[in-house]
Parts: sequence; structure tokens; C-alpha cells
Amino acid sequence: MIATTQHQSLLSRLFGARETGLVLIIMVLFLAMTFASPHFLTWTNMRAMAMAFSVEAIVVVGMTILLISGGIDLSVGSVTALAMVIAGLLFLAGVNPWIASLIAIAACAGIGAIMGFFVTVVGLHHFIVTLAAMVIARGLCLLGTGGRPLGLFELPDSFKWIGIGSIGPIPVAIVVFLVTVVVFDFLLRRTTAFRKVFYTGSNERAAAYSGIRTKRVLFLTTMLCSTLCGVAGIIYMARFGSAQPTFGVGMELNVIAAAVIGGASLSGGKGSILGAILGAVLLSLVSSSLALLNVSVYWQDIIRGSILLAAVTFDHYLVKRRAAGGRA
Amino acid sequence: MVIMSPEPLLQLRDISKSFGAVRALRSGQLELRAGEIHALAGENGAGKSTLMNIVDGILQPDAGEILIDGQPVSVDSPAVAQGLGIGFVHQEIALCPEISVAENIFMARTAQSRRRLMEGHALVTAAQEVLAPLAYIDPRLPAGALSISQQQLVEIAKALTLNCRILIFDEPTAALTEHEAQKLFSIMRDLAARGIGIIYISHRMAEIFENCQRVTVMRDGQHVMTADTSDVTPADVVNAMVGRKLDTLYPPKLSGPRQAEILRVENASGHCFRDVSFSVYRGEILGFGGLIGAGRTEIARGITRLEGDAKACVHLEGEPVTLRDYADCISKGVVYLSEDRKGDGVFLDLSIAANVSALDLRRVAGRFGVIDKRREAGMAQEIGETLRLKAASMAHRVASLSGGNQQKVALAKLLAVHPRLIFLDEPTRGVDVGAKAEIHAILRNLAEQGVGIVVISSEMPELIGLCDRVLVVSEGYLTGELSGEDLTEKNIMTLAAPGAGAGKRT
Repeated sequence: MIATTQHQSLLSRLFGARETGLVLIIMVLFLAMTFASPHFLTWTNMRAMAMAFSVEAIVVVGMTILLISGGIDLSVGSVTALAMVIAGLLFLAGVNPWIASLIAIAACAGIGAIMGFFVTVVGLHHFIVTLAAMVIARGLCLLGTGGRPLGLFELPDSFKWIGIGSIGPIPVAIVVFLVTVVVFDFLLRRTTAFRKVFYTGSNERAAAYSGIRTKRVLFLTTMLCSTLCGVAGIIYMARFGSAQPTFGVGMELNVIAAAVIGGASLSGGKGSILGAILGAVLLSLVSSSLALLNVSVYWQDIIRGSILLAAVTFDHYLVKRRAAGGRA
Repeated sequence: MVIMSPEPLLQLRDISKSFGAVRALRSGQLELRAGEIHALAGENGAGKSTLMNIVDGILQPDAGEILIDGQPVSVDSPAVAQGLGIGFVHQEIALCPEISVAENIFMARTAQSRRRLMEGHALVTAAQEVLAPLAYIDPRLPAGALSISQQQLVEIAKALTLNCRILIFDEPTAALTEHEAQKLFSIMRDLAARGIGIIYISHRMAEIFENCQRVTVMRDGQHVMTADTSDVTPADVVNAMVGRKLDTLYPPKLSGPRQAEILRVENASGHCFRDVSFSVYRGEILGFGGLIGAGRTEIARGITRLEGDAKACVHLEGEPVTLRDYADCISKGVVYLSEDRKGDGVFLDLSIAANVSALDLRRVAGRFGVIDKRREAGMAQEIGETLRLKAASMAHRVASLSGGNQQKVALAKLLAVHPRLIFLDEPTRGVDVGAKAEIHAILRNLAEQGVGIVVISSEMPELIGLCDRVLVVSEGYLTGELSGEDLTEKNIMTLAAPGAGAGKRT
């Protein structure tokens, strides 16, 4: 019994070090790239890389929490685009851009609520509901814009600031991202409300048998994910100065991959914000490195897919070993 | 005993099997002759099912030999077992609810057959032939549309199609009506007459002595005895099964006059139960007895609002209360321990501390709902100590604990909210003997402290040894109350038998 417990704690320490493992991989890659390309370790490149992933990382936060609760959302890309389109159309119709943005974010929350309704009240599977929402939201984007990007040249600089401005040397988008990560990482780890997310995802029946209103939890995590998509969409709009109806195609796969590489499980109950963000950093670093090294775009997809597979396989064996060691 | 035939059909020698630290089987022995119905008896947890799962290739033994016709064989998987002519009718029903009865019956044969196409109409006719002696069931219906006892009969039909030489029945009559059970026995006798060896797992003495030629008894994972049923009495078999004075194993019962009422339930009706009224008094342990599926679990889950929309008039310590949902029920101090520990009792992937705090996180949280990890670990530690939970750290995952310790975590979860009344559904299922006695002592202790304790159990010795008073449920009705001298296995069985509630229904 004692031998087993020690074995167990060693493995669980290893597992807790997943984030450390990711940091090590990222550092190695970072060093290698510094030597491989003179353009890598430059302020411009670093800033561009950080900007490229920071907005998507806001969506990663929402997705990670949803995955932990046992759900999944395929609609994140189209909902992000829809936030841009709604805010853009309202702005063109003469609405103040800040109010237009709030309305767009509320609309995204509404889409999350509708998906949550179908999942928890009607009782359909997350995968199917969000797949349908993904297609519908994309359709709405195209319908609203006629399929063409909306040029929003008239956006005031004070608004564009959230996309392209800086606070000191740090871009606003990155500040927003950092605040989101720190806040949700704390909430998820330390508060009772988010602990219920873990209970629900770990074993929904056991959670219900502990008096937790699991449907409410799933409803809220679904809605939170869509709301964060709305926030991301607004930042993108401010950065691009346009609303692009075809933006974010395939984003869901990137976002889910980042969360899973960071330790989230598709069966719920597991994952951390920090891990998911490191997963997003790794994927983004790999993409930009390959681009700097002039590797074909097609190879990039193959390599990113392989990283995902490797991370999940590693996880699978870890869980199996832990189960074998822990059944005493 | 007589060993006349040269080679028994099946021999099991010194089979052992451990699950982690739990030795489920020490020396499993069995000898089955062609053409006999051989009873395998023992209490729950005696190792009967483990032994039979080894014969069927579901589990692999740690040591020991399996011989068929005197030849040692290794049964690596259920498919190999099928190839050797071994069929197993499990206690749990494993049918695919969406597909037809006929396709379910021939599922195993389809897997074996080289033909790539399902036979369609021929399949239905063949299924009708197999089912005819058992019951009238339309083979075209989806299996999910049948009642539990009909599904059990389909399971039996499934095994009959495999042309087995050895058939294992694991408590098949638990879900059957008396009439259906009699049909099953007549089929078993026909099969035996054709030279098939049948192993019949049961702990109902009447069935064993009526239908079986020999009986093997197991206890605590070991072979205790094998005898011809004509040479022994039911009492001998029961003694061999129990093997110890029951009274010494259980904590002393309540003495003195009846104390204040904690819970009163009047006219509770819901899914699977009707007009159930009872009271739980301070200091006592109340038992719910009856067959599996009689509605005991449904009563507890209905009253605690976990399942269905039961109608009930509930009084807690004299005050009428309305229980809206389970969260409301917890806040009023009524909690339920599930019979399915792994399925809905504990969070296996989460730490012990996170499990213990699950029912009411506010107890470990400060302002703004921020969890105080030290307070959380401290609470788990404190309750864990009173339950003698064996774990090195409260941060360990529950999956790393033994069954008995997992059950203590499930219990600690409930105790963390200082409940007034606990419903415990099969509180010692899958728990080894030592931990079982500990859990019994804990329950008695809680009862003495004034917590209302209601125990649902399918283990007769547990009901009789632990409870002060037992209510028997049959087909959703309360059919009687037993206590003191009347609290015997025979009386419980009489009241539990299907039809016992017939008088009440009018």
C-alpha cells in the first residue's frame, strides 16, 4: 500500500509538471530558432507572434473551461466572425462603436445561451448542437455582409486602440489577454463556482448526486465560451479595421488542439488555463517558426497535427499507467 | 464424495486472483460433471462471480488451472471461452436496446460466423424457436422495449444458441417472476439431460435444493465445501456460507424505548413505487429489504428528489418540509449514498479533499467564494480520521484507493454537511470483510449520535445483523415490517417474494 502511494505521488507530480514540460519544449524550440533564423529574436517578430496568438488565446480560455465541464464548442470561429459582423453593421448604421461592440458581445452570449438550451434542456449532444451553430453563425455572417468584408475605415482611433494601441511597450490586445488568463486561472483554481465545473466534467452523475445543478453549470460554461468569442471578435475588428465574414474558419480545431496539448481532456474533468495557453504558445511558435524557415504551409498542418497526436498519445499512456498503479 | 466418471467436464484447481491489494479469490475450486446442475453458493463478495468470470475469459487468473475433459486450457478471452463451448448468462443485462431481440440473440453467433450478411427473416424464425419454450416474446421488437424479466430471458436464449457444453447462470432468477423461474428450471433440466454441465449461482436455498444435484460453497474467496444436495441440509449450506457467528460480526443493536422521530414519509408514490409510508426514529438503523428491482433504490431516490417526480408528504423532526431538488434536500440535511460508487458516488479523477467538499463548497470557502485549500484538506483529514480512512495525503486521487476506502470517501462527502438523515444504498457492496465491519460500526456510531440511518441492502446477513428494524419492499409496495425475533431471512424472503404485496394493492 505504501509502495503504491509513493509510486502514485511520483506520477502525479510528473503529471502536475505538464506545464513545466511544455515550458521546456517551448524554450528548446525558442533557442533553436534563435540560432536557425536571424529574424526570429527581433522585437518585431516577437510582437507579431504575440499579437497573432493572444486574441485566439482568449477563445482558448473559454474552450478550456467548457472542455473541463465536459462540453465542446465547434462554433467558436464563426461566432467570433459574427461578433465582428454584428458590431461592424451596427457601426455602419451609425451606432457608437463601443455600444455596437457590447451589443455584439451580448448577441454572442445569446448564441451561447441558445446552444446551452439545446444541450441542457432539450438534451442534445454538445458536438451536434455546436456544429449546427457553427454553420448557422457562418451563414448569418455571409447573409449580413453579402459575403464581402465590411470596411470600417471610419472607426475612431480611440476604438482602434484596443486592437493596435499599446500601454507602454505592450500592445493592448496582449494586456487584455493577460488579464483574461490571470483572472480565469484564479477563478478556475480557487473558487467554488468554477470547482463545480470540474465536478460536473469529472462525473456528471456524481456531481448531480452531490446536489450540484449540473445542467446549469453546462449552460453557463457554454455561454461563457461564446461570450469570450465575442470579446475576441471585437478585438480582431479593432485591429483589422474591418469585419470579415469568413474569418476564423478552422479556428475551433486550433483552439481545441491547444487546450488538449495543455492537458484538457475531451471527456471532461481535466485541464488548466495555464496549460492550454502554453499549448497555444507552442502551436503558434511552431507555425511562425516554420514560416520563418520557409517551410511549405502544407507541411505546417502536418506538423501541427502530429504534435497534437503526440501530446494525446503521451497523455493516454500516462493515464493508463496511473490507473494500473493506482487500483490498489 | 463420489468421483465415478473418469474425466469431469470442467475442473478448476486452486484459482487465485487479486485486484490490487484485495484478494478476491484465494483458492477457487470447482468440479463440474457432464449432465449435472451444480449450484455455486456464497455470500456477496465470496468470489463466485470472479471465479466464473475467469472461466469465461473475462478475467485472467493469477494462478491455478482450468481443465476441460481433463485437458488444461487457457481461456484468454470470452471468444476463446465460446470456442471451448462455455456460455455465460450474466446477472447484469447486456443487450443492445436499439436493435431487435432476434439480432441480440444471434449477436454472438454473428460475430463467429464467416457470413457477411445478416439472414433477416430466417433470423426471426430461428429466434422464435429459441424463445418459444421460455416465453412469448416477439423477436422483432427492439430489446429495449422489453421488461427487465423478459430481457433476462433473452439473455438466456442468447446463451442457448451457442451450442454450449458448459453453461453458467449467475443468479438468473433475481429478476424473474416465480412462473418464469419455473420455466427456466425445466429448460435447465432438459439441457442437463442432453449432457450439458450447468453451473448455477444462487444463494436461494429452495432453488438449490430443488434443482441442483450438487452444491459448492465459497467464502471469502475460498472453496469451503462441495456436497451432494441429498447428503446435506439447507442449514449446513448456510452455515458453510456464513462460517461464523453472525452476531459477533455486527455492532450491538439498539436497546431501550423508541426515541423521537427524525423523518416521516407518508403516501410516497413515484416511478416504481406506490403508497409508501414509514418513519425513522432517533438512534435506530432502519433497513430496506427486498429483491433487486423491487423499488427500494427508487424510493430513496424519489424522496431525495434525485430521480423522477415522486409525490410524498415528508416531515423532518416533526416539521412538514417540501424538498424541491437534491440540492434543497442536502441543505435540509437529508443525503443519499449511491449504490453505484464508481458511477455516481465519487469523483475518481479528483482528489480526496475535493471529493469530501463537493456537497457544500461554502464550508471550505471564504469571502467571494474563494476556496481555502488548507481548510478543505483539513476538513477531509478530520472526517477521514473519524472514518479511519487510509490515505497518505488528502491530495491523492480517489482512484488510487481500495474499494473500502473509496466507500469511506463517499461517506465522508455526506458527513461533511452534518446530515440529519442518510439513505445508504448498498453501503458495503464491493468492500472487503474488514472494511465492511468498520463501516457497520461507523453507521451504528452515527445512529447513536442521533443521525437517522436508512440502509438499503440485498445482503440478508447485513440486514439482519445491522438493522434494528427492516421494511420489506416487493414490486414497489411495502409488504411488511420486521424487527427483533421476527427479523429472519425466511421472513424477509416471504415478504419480498413477488405477489406478497398483492393484498395491499386492493
